[in-house]
Amino acid sequence: MNSFEWSSPRDIAQAAGVATTTVAAAMVSQSGRLSTDGVVFKAGGIDLLDLMKEGLLVPRGIVNLREIPDLAVIAQADDGGVHIGANVTLAQLAADPVIRTRFLALADVAGNSASPQIRQVATIGGNLLQRPRCWYFRSRDHHCARKGGEVCFAFAGENQYHAIFDHNGCAMVHPETSATALVALGAKLELTNAAGTKRVVGLEQFFLLPEVDIQRENDLTPGEILTAILLPPPAPTSRSIHIKQGETDSFDWPIADVAVALDTAPGGACRAAAVILGAASPVPHRAKAAEALLVGKTIDADVARAAAHAALQGAAPLTKNAYKLPIFETLVRRAILAVVRGG
Amino acid sequence: MTSADTRLQKYPVGIDSVSMAEIERRVPAGEAPPLPPNPQLAVIGKSIPRINGRAKVTGAAPFTVDVKLPGMLYARLLRSPLPHARVMSIDIGAAERHPGVRAIHVINDVVGRAVETTGQNTPAGTSGRRVLYVGDPIAAVAAVTPEAAQAAVDLIKVDYQPLAFVVDLEDARKPDAPRVFAHPVHGESFAGGNPAGTALPQQGNVRGPNKSGSRGDAAAGFADADVVIEGEFRTQVQTHCCLEPHGLVADWRKDGLTVYMSTQFTAGIRAELAAAFGLPLSRVRVIVDAMGGGFGSKSSAGNYARAAVTLSRQANAPVRLVLDRHEEQIDSGNRPATVQRLRVGARRNGTLTAIAIDTYGTSGVGLGAGIGNFAQAIYDCANFELVQSDVFINAGPGCAMRAPGNVPGAFALEQTIDELAEKLGMDPLTLRGRIDLSAVRREERRIGAARFGWNRRRAPGSDSGPIKRGLGMAQSLWGANVRTNSACEVRIFRDGSVEVLSSVQDIGTGIGTVLAQVVAEELGLRPEDITVRIGDTEYPAGPPSYGSLTTASITPPARNAAYQVLRKLIEIAAPSFAAAAGNLAARAGRISTADNSRSIGFREAAAQLPTDQIGVVASRSDDYADFARKMGDMASAQNALGGVQFAEVAVDTETGIVRVERVVAVQDCGRPMNPLQIESQVQGGILQGISYALFEERILDRHTGHMLNANLEQYKILRSRETPAIEVHLLENYQGMSATDAYGIAEPSNIATAPAIANAVYNAIGVRLRQLPMSPAAVLAALGRIPQRSGPT
Repeated sequence: MNSFEWSSPRDIAQAAGVATTTVAAAMVSQSGRLSTDGVVFKAGGIDLLDLMKEGLLVPRGIVNLREIPDLAVIAQADDGGVHIGANVTLAQLAADPVIRTRFLALADVAGNSASPQIRQVATIGGNLLQRPRCWYFRSRDHHCARKGGEVCFAFAGENQYHAIFDHNGCAMVHPETSATALVALGAKLELTNAAGTKRVVGLEQFFLLPEVDIQRENDLTPGEILTAILLPPPAPTSRSIHIKQGETDSFDWPIADVAVALDTAPGGACRAAAVILGAASPVPHRAKAAEALLVGKTIDADVARAAAHAALQGAAPLTKNAYKLPIFETLVRRAILAVVRGG
Repeated sequence: MTSADTRLQKYPVGIDSVSMAEIERRVPAGEAPPLPPNPQLAVIGKSIPRINGRAKVTGAAPFTVDVKLPGMLYARLLRSPLPHARVMSIDIGAAERHPGVRAIHVINDVVGRAVETTGQNTPAGTSGRRVLYVGDPIAAVAAVTPEAAQAAVDLIKVDYQPLAFVVDLEDARKPDAPRVFAHPVHGESFAGGNPAGTALPQQGNVRGPNKSGSRGDAAAGFADADVVIEGEFRTQVQTHCCLEPHGLVADWRKDGLTVYMSTQFTAGIRAELAAAFGLPLSRVRVIVDAMGGGFGSKSSAGNYARAAVTLSRQANAPVRLVLDRHEEQIDSGNRPATVQRLRVGARRNGTLTAIAIDTYGTSGVGLGAGIGNFAQAIYDCANFELVQSDVFINAGPGCAMRAPGNVPGAFALEQTIDELAEKLGMDPLTLRGRIDLSAVRREERRIGAARFGWNRRRAPGSDSGPIKRGLGMAQSLWGANVRTNSACEVRIFRDGSVEVLSSVQDIGTGIGTVLAQVVAEELGLRPEDITVRIGDTEYPAGPPSYGSLTTASITPPARNAAYQVLRKLIEIAAPSFAAAAGNLAARAGRISTADNSRSIGFREAAAQLPTDQIGVVASRSDDYADFARKMGDMASAQNALGGVQFAEVAVDTETGIVRVERVVAVQDCGRPMNPLQIESQVQGGILQGISYALFEERILDRHTGHMLNANLEQYKILRSRETPAIEVHLLENYQGMSATDAYGIAEPSNIATAPAIANAVYNAIGVRLRQLPMSPAAVLAALGRIPQRSGPT
């Protein structure tokens, strides 16, 4: 790991004033020779340190956001929803009573991420902005398209953990299970730029497919700070769940994860549905056909089965990851039924 | 032995509470008298917490990485980024000029791999060495900080001529595959699987076949069979994943070399480095305190330790070299991948008529991927045919890993036997009762079946829901190994304190605690009264911590040394309180007459010593009955070690996830010395076995030759949530073979786990998985649940 300059501002204005670049931009090189003059933001530092230790990121400076107290708070929002500061840790989220009762999918995700040690340090903001875990991307010896190279090595290589949807030019899967749950819950992000101006963008719209931009996973612009995650108030009749399936249960990335949020009328018919697949595509993948199939129906096992099947519509598995299809189908079906049964 | 220096003694033999008897053995005169079975002993056979347990859990125990010497330099290695290349030139100029750099060593001679017998084919004008895999070490740098060393490594300019390479086992066997070695090779069986053979044919990357180990007439046996079971099994490369990485501090001085090293064999490292650097054994000292695992991979000095010593000599300063996790994964050894074609023939009553194994595997650029030893020895079968080959690929060399050969071998054979039982309509335990001559395993099957509840086992696929449960079992076989070149000293001091000394190292299994127990038992003291000094070649040369031979090798000399030094003490002290020294024994802190009428405290006795201390060094004598095999320092007892394991699994047939819910292990290791530590070791063997069965796999990219999961994040390994309920039952199996009658447990506990799980998976879902790891992808494929290329619409 290289030496770097360190600053630790105490408020957003001070932090936003520093000229920074995004981690994604700092990792792009044409020749394979990395830029060493980038200055980047750090929250929990989990992913940043990984990237630096692997020699994939060589920043000149790090701006530590961790000492900004405003960013570590979970608060009731004016609209009845919840405002989650970007520095709130995964452990905080998993234990928070409001999150546990009103946004179960998010509590599930936070409590099942990584390891207990990491959950104490990792922030929700950093979690959403982490870089892909694709093993070619994480290898110094593979100058892949996402890092400014020519090719995605996964297509002809070892792609068992890669995307089954929308892998146009890059077969990474988005790594953050939190995004799967947050998209299902209709989350928005609050971003603050160098001038201190805030913009709010839907989390789903924030993520970018490789066909839009192969070198960055999201629409974060240089100097911008992710300051909060905004959760709209869920309908009192809605419920959500997140299921993560790794090869192991301890400290492992998912091979598939699914978030389902359903708003069901007291009579029984489904009024609104969100079915989001994680680790399936470079972005959280909305299974629109499944959602369409659920809305207006009283959900039973057959409906859930049909929706689960529909959720895989358009899937295009690579050479070694077709096994993910039956897993996703199973998780979607089980998640729908679990929500319906209030499990 | 003449009868003058031997005597006849009666020893308890047999399985405790099953078949105990007495046998008379002729033993050397210096041997301690026979020990009764464990229940009659005060310290041996009792569960005693390890003596350095507190230091370990509080972080106080010093590991090799904690060694810091004045003026110590830090070393890093330059490794090949290419899977196969000729090194045309190396320019170290810029690295030499980097601030803080003290020494640079270009590695020209490498060890631990197959070596071409004729010429290294070096064209004039090039530095010539071919690098054979990603991670092949090229040069080493020592500098005042680790950062300076790494920076200097990055400044070394190497001109590579890339060569064609192959990393896939099947691709490598093709006639037109790029050749890893251009000429015939020789070398040891690094991976430990089987004798690599000396003059074997070599075609392309395939070296073999080696047909040694066959017996009888397999063709005739199959002709005689009523039933023949066939199957092809594939096992993956597993890496050792020691939590403590490989590392050392080498301190070269005018008067000799001292090496602090995380190693399984201090005395072996001393011999290896003395030979490599032309030093007398007396001028090389090797030291290790606490260790965080080795599993076979820390048995020799390797290229990294040679490099560190060379740098220390060059820089005239101590040099620390510790591998990082990436280096651990790509170049610190591994368990070879195998492909095994098995045929087993049997009569209707279960009698085996023939076993034939045709197998190849890859140990990368090393040798010894064979697996035949297990099937050769475990069951009664007159006709056995073994055909084994090594296949070279451009990957780091394998080396011994916990029960090399037998772990993949058992995965294949124990599933085939399970399948045979089903075909014959027999219970797998009944079939094994027919074909397994081991009395120990017979008892282990009986105990295990009862504790596990084997009678709950139903027909395959009995559960109606998507989650299906299954029960399976498998057996283990491992040699009761001994290294006779193993010595130990016991000293008694004038203040009554006691020391036991040997270069034997504690790999983490607690041999120091066992030595304290053995000496305490003999001297009538408590384990905490014994000061244990081990892991240093200043002490009498002890055995390695491999081959599951440590306890069998070092506890008999420890007990004999304690016995002999006690006789000396008694001779000195007896006149002060008793007439005849021959009548006295040590118990409960006193030296007493047989009738307890007269006694003296151990301390009072010691106070009569004419010198500050007395001591006796003893070496391992041969087993009292002949060894089954003896080659130089190494030997195997006649009675092999058994072990039977039962596994209960739940298979989610919709996600392919296999959960191991419960494992019951019944294991034997002669006389158990410390059940607490043995159970801990068996649990470790089972966990490593589950991890091998379900998760672990080295993944190489066939287009670039790089290992893609060279970390502990993407290299999947069992952790806390994958840990099932484990029950360990130890059999006391007395043989009357040595002063302690103890044998090892490390490897036997790792052999039966994967096949027991595989048989349980079959019992759950009715489909047999013949490939490791049994990942969700593999399970779903076996169940026919993976759609073809284009997804559902």
